[in-house]
Amino acid sequence: MTMKNRWIALYVENQVGVLAKVSGLFSGKAYNLQSLTVGTTEHEDVSRMTICVTSDDITFEQIKKQLNCMVEVIKVMDLTNVPLHMKEILYAKVKGIDAGQKAEVFQIAQVFNVNNGNVKVADIGEDSILLECTLTEHRNNDLIALLKKKFKHVEIVRGGAVAVEAISTSCR
Amino acid sequence: MDITGRKLFVKALQEEGVDTIFAYPGGMVTDLVDELYKQEGIRVVLPRHEQALIHEAEGYARATGKVGVCLVTSGPGATNTITGIADAHYDSVPLVIFTGQVPQNLIGNDAFQEVDIVGMTRSITKYGVTVQDRKDLGKTIKMAFHIARTGKPGPVLIDIPKNLQTQTGSAVYPEHVDIRGYKPNETVHIGQLKKAYKMLKQAKQPLILAGGGVNIAGAGQLLTEFAEKMNVPVVTTIMGKGSIPTDHPLYIGNSGMHGRFSANKAVSECDVLFSIGTRFNDRITGDLNEFAPKAKIVHLDIDAASISRNVVVDVPLTADAKIALERLVEYAEPKNTEKWLAKIAAWDAENPLEMRRDKGMSPQMIMESINEVFPKGIVVTDVGQHQMWATQYIDMPVGKKMITSGGLGTMGFGFPAAIGAKLGAPEQDVVCITGDGGMQMNMQEMATAICEHAPITVCILNNYYLGMVRQMQQLFYGKRYEITCLRRQVGCPDNCKGPNKACPPYVPDFVKWAESYGAKAIRVTEESQIMEALQEAKANTKTTTVIEFMIATDELVLPMVKSGNPMSEMILK
Repeated sequence: MTMKNRWIALYVENQVGVLAKVSGLFSGKAYNLQSLTVGTTEHEDVSRMTICVTSDDITFEQIKKQLNCMVEVIKVMDLTNVPLHMKEILYAKVKGIDAGQKAEVFQIAQVFNVNNGNVKVADIGEDSILLECTLTEHRNNDLIALLKKKFKHVEIVRGGAVAVEAISTSCR
Repeated sequence: MDITGRKLFVKALQEEGVDTIFAYPGGMVTDLVDELYKQEGIRVVLPRHEQALIHEAEGYARATGKVGVCLVTSGPGATNTITGIADAHYDSVPLVIFTGQVPQNLIGNDAFQEVDIVGMTRSITKYGVTVQDRKDLGKTIKMAFHIARTGKPGPVLIDIPKNLQTQTGSAVYPEHVDIRGYKPNETVHIGQLKKAYKMLKQAKQPLILAGGGVNIAGAGQLLTEFAEKMNVPVVTTIMGKGSIPTDHPLYIGNSGMHGRFSANKAVSECDVLFSIGTRFNDRITGDLNEFAPKAKIVHLDIDAASISRNVVVDVPLTADAKIALERLVEYAEPKNTEKWLAKIAAWDAENPLEMRRDKGMSPQMIMESINEVFPKGIVVTDVGQHQMWATQYIDMPVGKKMITSGGLGTMGFGFPAAIGAKLGAPEQDVVCITGDGGMQMNMQEMATAICEHAPITVCILNNYYLGMVRQMQQLFYGKRYEITCLRRQVGCPDNCKGPNKACPPYVPDFVKWAESYGAKAIRVTEESQIMEALQEAKANTKTTTVIEFMIATDELVLPMVKSGNPMSEMILK
């Protein structure tokens, strides 16, 4: 039974308590929740959640069924094997650095910024730089690892990933 | 014309056809209670504790098939219902629980008697919500009844802040409600059903396992017909007991932890297990790796989430038991199962289900007498040894009902549930089988039984112990009877091995206790007194009758499978 990351997009009623109910399912039944993001959709009474869980096949089936059981859940979509666009926002503040180290941060940002605009310098101070990155979760992990290795004081703020199904299946 | 929330509340109950509401008053529901005072169609029952209140509503719901309706106040009133809500959740009992809530401007302030009851019950309700706006009140109540009674039934909690109860708004109570995220399955996948049927048809040693879902769906008769047409033997869970008459030649018995030897043997040896309306709880399966090892499994259940959760199945079928069985009965063709039935009969002869008859009164004798005196009606049990004896030995002819706490195993359930059942079905005889432990968990309800004129027969099997745990201590914990003796007191020896002369005779004296409420009470100490006591109880249609059966302290529920062991490893003696 292979444990791996799996993705669900969940349409729910945009009501008080729904987030608690969904997240409560994961804690109550000891499912391994990696990330959960939520926001309203084009219909203001509907929210969409992007959920990442680590589980085996059987547990994942069970999670989908349990979510489907909830009155407030409108639709459960398994995104695990669907072509999609998925990004996570990350802020990385590198502090206590000199001019030479700043140049290094710029360099790193440039290399990670493959699709012009995914990584930008959002703010800068006398001895610190703030990067704003919209990358895949994996690329963000790589960036964080690198920054932490290179610099002493790194502050990380990251959201969960959001995902949307691709329009053309070739542009993943 | 606009009306107040409290008026709409009562109007909603009337439109839903509610005839009984179990209500305990308090600050945040006084408006609703006052409004109930002004009408006559709905009977308001006052229990003596909110935990018992909800069990009474469960008993009412399971006896009548209608939704049990509860009304309690905020804070402690609401939290006292939690155990019963969980009980209803695990046994799929349709309930609508109204809780009062502090006024909206106080919510979140830790106000007097404020709790987040919706949050607390989120994982044990089918749906729960605090009404946020007066305009949503009617729609929310409509949703509550719809959700509670359809699909897999369950408890729904509606929390109503006090200010909304007096606020005026629309008088409309909607006739229909459309919930986009809730569409109970009302069909069955014909392809899958045919596949399942074919599998059963081709089996050499087929077996049907019927769970509580068959009883809830009212599909017992169809199940019996299906089994008869195909000559397939049937085992039940304790919740499924009675779905096929217990004297039916194709009925083997209960399977599971305290099931009949031949029933568990049949599960272990069958080649197709056709299960309907059960979630394969651990009490049924034992060690999952060794459950029905030779069988292909069909799992028919209304709850998709219970399929392939505990047991991996070969043919999953999400459907209501009745809808599926209506089709299956059409398909059914006779099948020769003589050899298989003979095998099962031989296993049963090898290890029949019976208790000793040598010294004194045994629980089996009590159950057999109950069968004789109360051939019809409703049997309600509490939780523990007496419950297992009842599920083993109580006969269930067509039309007889058994109400027991199967999923949650809630001690204190029996007595109030029996009162609720009697209030729902006053024309039926209601027998409550309970123990001295469970009885003491809700004994204040004698007041409700007396004041609401609910004459039931309460059979207390008194062995002075919390017998089920005592049994485990006796078998697996070196006979260390730690805190299971209900007469134990300061000064008792640490290593007490059983009753002796220093024990007080009764804690409590159930006869004196019952009489203090004006109930009739009989103490039975010998086998010869059983029948007469039961007949006297049946004849007493004025008040509740308590019969205290003084049974042996060391009686065991057998056979048994130790928790987590394979079903084939039964302790028989």
